[in-house]
Amino acid sequence: MRENFRKRIKELETRVIAMGKTVEAAILSSVKALQERNLEAAEKIIRDDALINRQRWEIEEDCVNLIAMQQPVASDLREMIAIMNIVTDLERMGDHAEGIAKIVLLLGKEDPVKPFIDVPIMAEKAVEMLRKSMEAFIRRDAKAAEAICALDDEVDALNDKVYHNMIQCMISQPQTVTRATYQIWAAHNLERIADRVTNICERTVYLVTGSMHKLPNVSTY
Amino acid sequence: MVSNTRVSIENLNMFYGDFPALKDVYLQVPENNVTALIGPSGCGKSTLLRCINRMNDLIDGVRTEGRIIIDDQNILSPETDVVLLRKKVGMVFQRPNVFDLSILENLKFGLRIHRQMHSKKETMELIQKGLEDVGLWDVLKDKLRSNARQLSLEQQQRLCIARVLILKPEVILLDEPCSALDPIATMRIEELLRALRERYTMIIVTHNMQQAARASDYTGFLYLGELVEFGITQDVFTAPRKELTENYITGHFG
Repeated sequence: MRENFRKRIKELETRVIAMGKTVEAAILSSVKALQERNLEAAEKIIRDDALINRQRWEIEEDCVNLIAMQQPVASDLREMIAIMNIVTDLERMGDHAEGIAKIVLLLGKEDPVKPFIDVPIMAEKAVEMLRKSMEAFIRRDAKAAEAICALDDEVDALNDKVYHNMIQCMISQPQTVTRATYQIWAAHNLERIADRVTNICERTVYLVTGSMHKLPNVSTY
Repeated sequence: MVSNTRVSIENLNMFYGDFPALKDVYLQVPENNVTALIGPSGCGKSTLLRCINRMNDLIDGVRTEGRIIIDDQNILSPETDVVLLRKKVGMVFQRPNVFDLSILENLKFGLRIHRQMHSKKETMELIQKGLEDVGLWDVLKDKLRSNARQLSLEQQQRLCIARVLILKPEVILLDEPCSALDPIATMRIEELLRALRERYTMIIVTHNMQQAARASDYTGFLYLGELVEFGITQDVFTAPRKELTENYITGHFG
């Protein structure tokens, strides 16, 4: 029954996954541009953020239309709510990738205070979390979604490490303050991306269980 | 969504005696789509529907002005052959109006009325096709001689739709076709309408706004005999242009 409605929900899920892939590519490209100090790549990431924003609005609009026309209830309703929240988080992750690209422009061709070692690892971990969160959403796997949140602690720990390293640099070499601050910002963007993945995981748990709550593994820092 | 117009209603006024039931209605019904007419009781939606196959002719003191164009012909003109018109514009009613006859006889009835001469084989093919279209063939093929009144209400309503389809109509009018059905049967009929819209132009009158939202492509909102708003259903139910429509569909009156 309601085959047309089911079909439209499946289409929406496919588009959410596609949006996830776009955001994933933006995150990885932004960190690559940072490592290579590739200003052109950074400018492209900033321009392309508009595409991510558009995907978000289109998916959200379709959710609104489906709610108005199909009056979903129970798991169907929860899925609409989950998708609307997930695309908001994905869109904000795209903004963080854009934020990193802006840091690339601020740093220009200057060498970083220290080579980027932890930041690319943070990006890999955050992207891994994002991929897993998308899989858990599609598979309706609340347990997997909860497990992903543990990875957030690893990203937080790396962020702390970058922060303290940079503070040390600033203390010992005050002329690095500006560049070190940019490096802190880059790490902070990735830390926020990982936080937003945990929001997606919470939405999957809500979709599966109907329970809306902060996941226990998520640090509140 | 761009569609050709199948039924063009122009400056339609209709009076019950002195009472104006429809006021200057202008409506272009899109082809191969489901158009829903919504509005509070007495707003004129059923009256409008019944103008399209001249069912209002049966009521004393009714006067109609304006034009309803189907296939380049004003069907309101006195020359219109209403029997032929009602073949071209089929109707499904609130309560399934099956006759106290076998399923087979119910389905043959329309063919007889319209004196469509078919061989026995052709008739059976038409009947099979009609029942297949409404998802009843597999269920009923071995009991075509049973009385149609023994069927569930949903099956009776499907049978009524099949009876209309057999006559190969171009437009199907549905007057609250699900009001006698439970929610599950209602949804199944709505799915059926969705499938049929590939081939037919359908106009459905419903008290149930949610049904209009679910089942139709276009929606017209009538109030006190006037067509207040007409548009793509999605737009009407997410951002109606008129405040009156907004107030009605959000339950602020009606």
